[in-house]
Amino acid sequence: MELATFLIQLLNSVQYGLLLFLISSGLTLVFGIMGIINVAHGSFYMIGAYLAWSLTQTLGNFWAALALAVPIAVIIGLVLEWLVVRFLYTRDLLYQVLLTYGLILMFEELRSILWGDDVRGVNIPAALDASIRLTDTLSYPVYRLAISGVCLVVAGLMYWLIQKTRVGMTIRAGSVNREMVQSLGIDVKLIYRLVFALGVTLAALAGMIAAPVSSVFPGMGNQILIVCFVVVVIGGMGSVKGALVASLLIGLVDTFGKVLHVQIGGVHLLPELASMSVYLLMAAILLWRPEGLFGKHTG
Amino acid sequence: MTEPVAPSLAQPPLIEAAGIHTHYGASHVLHGIDFSIRAGETVALMGRNGMGKSTLIRSMLGLVRPSAGRVMVKGHDMTRAAPHLIARAGVAYVPEGRGIFPNLTVRENLIMAARAGASGQRDWTFDRVMASFPRLAERLSHGGGQLSGGEQQMLTIGRALMTNPDLLILDEATEGLAPLISREIWRIVGTIRQSGIATVLVDKNFAALSTIADRVQILVKGQTVFAASAAQLRAQPEVREAYLGV
Repeated sequence: MELATFLIQLLNSVQYGLLLFLISSGLTLVFGIMGIINVAHGSFYMIGAYLAWSLTQTLGNFWAALALAVPIAVIIGLVLEWLVVRFLYTRDLLYQVLLTYGLILMFEELRSILWGDDVRGVNIPAALDASIRLTDTLSYPVYRLAISGVCLVVAGLMYWLIQKTRVGMTIRAGSVNREMVQSLGIDVKLIYRLVFALGVTLAALAGMIAAPVSSVFPGMGNQILIVCFVVVVIGGMGSVKGALVASLLIGLVDTFGKVLHVQIGGVHLLPELASMSVYLLMAAILLWRPEGLFGKHTG
Repeated sequence: MTEPVAPSLAQPPLIEAAGIHTHYGASHVLHGIDFSIRAGETVALMGRNGMGKSTLIRSMLGLVRPSAGRVMVKGHDMTRAAPHLIARAGVAYVPEGRGIFPNLTVRENLIMAARAGASGQRDWTFDRVMASFPRLAERLSHGGGQLSGGEQQMLTIGRALMTNPDLLILDEATEGLAPLISREIWRIVGTIRQSGIATVLVDKNFAALSTIADRVQILVKGQTVFAASAAQLRAQPEVREAYLGV
């Protein structure tokens, strides 16, 4: 493989990995802090993408669409927590999965009613619609670099929020001893609502910024959800740091699994095997560390 | 013209529980208990294991829902109020088993709890807690889980003080600690008491509490069997033997 091609694939894998992190960080945060398995998390990614598409259509400007779609996502998160999710904190896993699966069906139906079942596309905003020339024949789109940039900024902000602020301390404290946090005069229910809304917003934001490079289509949430669960399992359930490492790892394995032509004993491994690479990685890591890379030991 | 009333009596009790019944599932744990504490008082809540001491505390703090009875905090009915609202009314709680956050550093354990008290007082600052617990000052960047049992207890008490409470409830403050450390904890509790914060001390052992407590209330099987001054309990070894003896 040529150096330029390698570099392009490396940038692609980092961009995909960081985007995965944006989505899966919310999934792992909501699990780590509230103990909720939310299988509807992928739907927020889809909702974000459709919001970006429909608002860009209406407003005629991607940035204006983004500025409106983010607060809409926050509101969806807050309302959903209040309406549905808060009743799950004391229920067991089966109720959580059943209810959030029901949400997927509802969101898909609503999407069909509101936006139809066609595949949509969002244009890359003009300001970022350019390429950086790597060689005479190869270049790299600026917009993809911008996606990586946004994801890195968000990851940095998340680190700051969780590790350096009092709200972050409360969030971490609430993940080990909810009752004690309450007894210190802190409204844990409010913290939970904010964390859930944060997770929804991050996933929706990922959908919005990904819309111009991937098409906007029905069921896109479910496709990404499966990969996100792989990320969360590899990284360790509840670990944001683990989600970051696992996302980048999956980005690399998935991207290079598709472009490398691996030969073993003169036999070409079929491209079909490449689509399994992510799951093979998960299986290998779980054999080595059943609790995931940064997971807590559970006996 | 009415006679002026002494302020401490004019104010309603910090906590006043009346006729508290609490169930855990089918088991009836508390059978109509009354409990109250006024500003500046130190009350020992005593009894053997499983007599309902912690359940009474948890029922008053909103952590367990009493099936009957009333909890007044400073004259306001807070029987079924959320725990954080009761805490914000000026009640701090150091639970049995301490309840530090092991995934937070000592410093984070303290500053996450910092706030002004119910009447806006900021007597207890980070610096004052450091001065009162020099051992914690040396371990600020340690994880809460790396501390010894005694240090953890100091951290929980320090953290409770960071909320500037009017009432501090300590459940089994010296349980499982070495005698030397226990004495240190009781010394600190004495200082807190002198600073004007009322304290409820839940314990099994009268010897440690006899000089600190103003009043003693003893529970047996979810009922109050003794409620009087600490001096009266000192004078009645047969009561201690019957209700607290091992």
